[in-house]
Amino acid sequence: MTRIEVAMPQMGESIAEGTVSKWLKKVGDSVERDEPILEISTDKVDAEIPAPQSGILVEVSVQEGETVEVGTVVAYIDTSARVAVPAKGEEASAAKQEQPRAAAPAAAPQPPSGDGEMTEEQRIRQRSTPVVRRMAEEHGVDLASLEGKGSGHAGRVTKQDLLQYLGQEGEASVGSPPPPAKAAPGAPSISKPAPSIVPSSPVAAPRASPAASPALPPSEFWKTFYSQVQNPEFPVREGDEVVTMDKIRRLTAEHMTLAKRIAPHVHTFIEIDFTKVDGLRKANAKKWQEQGARVSFTAFVAWAVSRLLREFPIVNATVSGNNVIYRGHVNIGIAVDLDPGLIVPVIRDADDLSLVGIGKKVVDLADRARKRALSPEEIQGATFTITNPGVLGTLVGLPIIPKGTAAILGTGAIEKRVVVVEDPATGQDSMAIRKRTIFSLGYDHRIVDGADGARFLARLKQLLEEFPDDA
Amino acid sequence: MAHPTVSEPSPAGAARRVLEIRRLGMLPFAQAHLLQEDLVTRRRAGEIPDQLLLLQHPHVITLGSGSHAEHVLADPGQRNALGIDLLEAGRGGDVTYHGPGQLVGYPILDLKPDRRDVHRYLRDLEEVLIRVLDGYGIESRRVEGMTGVWTDSGKVAAIGIRVSSGWITSHGFALNVGTDLSFFETIVPCGIAGSTVTSLEHLVGRPVPITEVAARTASAFANVFDRSVSEVGGEL
Repeated sequence: MTRIEVAMPQMGESIAEGTVSKWLKKVGDSVERDEPILEISTDKVDAEIPAPQSGILVEVSVQEGETVEVGTVVAYIDTSARVAVPAKGEEASAAKQEQPRAAAPAAAPQPPSGDGEMTEEQRIRQRSTPVVRRMAEEHGVDLASLEGKGSGHAGRVTKQDLLQYLGQEGEASVGSPPPPAKAAPGAPSISKPAPSIVPSSPVAAPRASPAASPALPPSEFWKTFYSQVQNPEFPVREGDEVVTMDKIRRLTAEHMTLAKRIAPHVHTFIEIDFTKVDGLRKANAKKWQEQGARVSFTAFVAWAVSRLLREFPIVNATVSGNNVIYRGHVNIGIAVDLDPGLIVPVIRDADDLSLVGIGKKVVDLADRARKRALSPEEIQGATFTITNPGVLGTLVGLPIIPKGTAAILGTGAIEKRVVVVEDPATGQDSMAIRKRTIFSLGYDHRIVDGADGARFLARLKQLLEEFPDDA
Repeated sequence: MAHPTVSEPSPAGAARRVLEIRRLGMLPFAQAHLLQEDLVTRRRAGEIPDQLLLLQHPHVITLGSGSHAEHVLADPGQRNALGIDLLEAGRGGDVTYHGPGQLVGYPILDLKPDRRDVHRYLRDLEEVLIRVLDGYGIESRRVEGMTGVWTDSGKVAAIGIRVSSGWITSHGFALNVGTDLSFFETIVPCGIAGSTVTSLEHLVGRPVPITEVAARTASAFANVFDRSVSEVGGEL
């Protein structure tokens, strides 16, 4: 037979991959040259992929919903086979035969095979992709136990099935997995497929040999892990109310899940004395008011952080594939509570702005965020984020690092505390009332080491406690 | 030895490819969908030249292949009350809304031989609309990663396309001219948190005849895609 490959085509210079959205043909179907056999989608584009030649579609190597790189083989067409496709009626009656689980295996049509009976392993190979097999191996799942339970073509176990199965296992008490498909009594050998896994149509075309299956890149699992957020569903109980998440909530949920998956988070804390900053605010309050500015504590923190990020380029960076991107600008995202919801407007080039400039910008952005009047650019491109979990009096929080950045600073409530202070002249200890707060720095431990995080916080403490008068 | 290449541009003086402009008025989405399918087949067979369909849709919410059902906020009761249909579109992209006052353009083009790049095609469609808006003194732009046309006041045009076998395009763009923007509240338009949808009239602060915008769009389209216009007629 003559097998030709159908590859994910190049749809444009800047398009590296596509998602198989729908198979228009299934294994066993005959296809004409240029007849669409599948649909792919990339952001705003749906495209039909035509058959490069006429023949029989003998293998589909990418499932619906999977994203693959340009050039990846998605299917094979046998151009020599001209096997009659079963009529609708035959297909239906064959399908009926599959229904009763007790049907004698011998009655089930066998996939034709030129090289004798298949081994158990070969059969499993035919029913799963390399990705699924690798995942199964990693999780110690016997694929044979899932045979015929799959939602893919001909009961093939898809990645989705496996993920779902693993999810159920984790939640426990779903009952033990079905026993491996053993041959019914009297069956000649275990290599005969059990009725439940018989292909839904008696395909006469020879099947692919396992060795010819194209190997998917090992990154496939991680691609899915990083790119698909699926929120599991839970039963609704009496008296419950079900509300669809709005746009901001949905995007937030997705971003948070992804951000937490991507970066290994570490958080480090430091206590900072705000006496100096508080004094500056009080001393300048009138002057700033006359300038039409309001300089919040957040503005002081943003000013200090934007100066420090030049000292700590690794904190103003992000992991990108096998590279680290050191950002050329210092753009500070400030989380704003919309109650309900949250948005993070960005102060661009914050290191170029004065304290008052940052103060004005913070007020303006927060104001327009609450009026939902920000432009898309104003909520993009943050290189570092500040969030204020202490705003309602809570001590501090463990914020999630927005994806595409290396760190986030959580600021706690600024409160009066009794602290021990040492008189620099006499070395005498005494108790004093000081405005203090706890800051937490969440950072991506792939690139920011613990000592770097600590050094950053120590410098931030120093800068805020000895805040310059001319900032 | 000079080998002629397939993608060589047509020699100077050669006739530009013809673009037929069809003004279809107010056409229900489902009908426009069938018409497009027919035109795609005929374009592929070479029976007709490139087409640009200009029309308006009665209220409808359409779902693209990237749609999430939860992006349709209005429940069936609300949709009925507002007279809004909900349909699968067969194009790329997320949920969108179409309705009176919105100029919809469906180019049925053969992108062969020199325009076989779907991203370039998307950017070209944006270019057409940016030029039209520029004619009204409106500054608009692309935003990376978010196909469509954006202004300081929000998104003004949405784009979602389909490329059928043989590089034949269908579906296209929707430019809000005098759209009642409150209808966008029934969906989560394919935008992002904190941004809004706007319209040409909203941006210029006066009523603008949609026929005028259609005429300018046709001519900007012909320029960007280097086609010579042939009016088939009809009214918007």
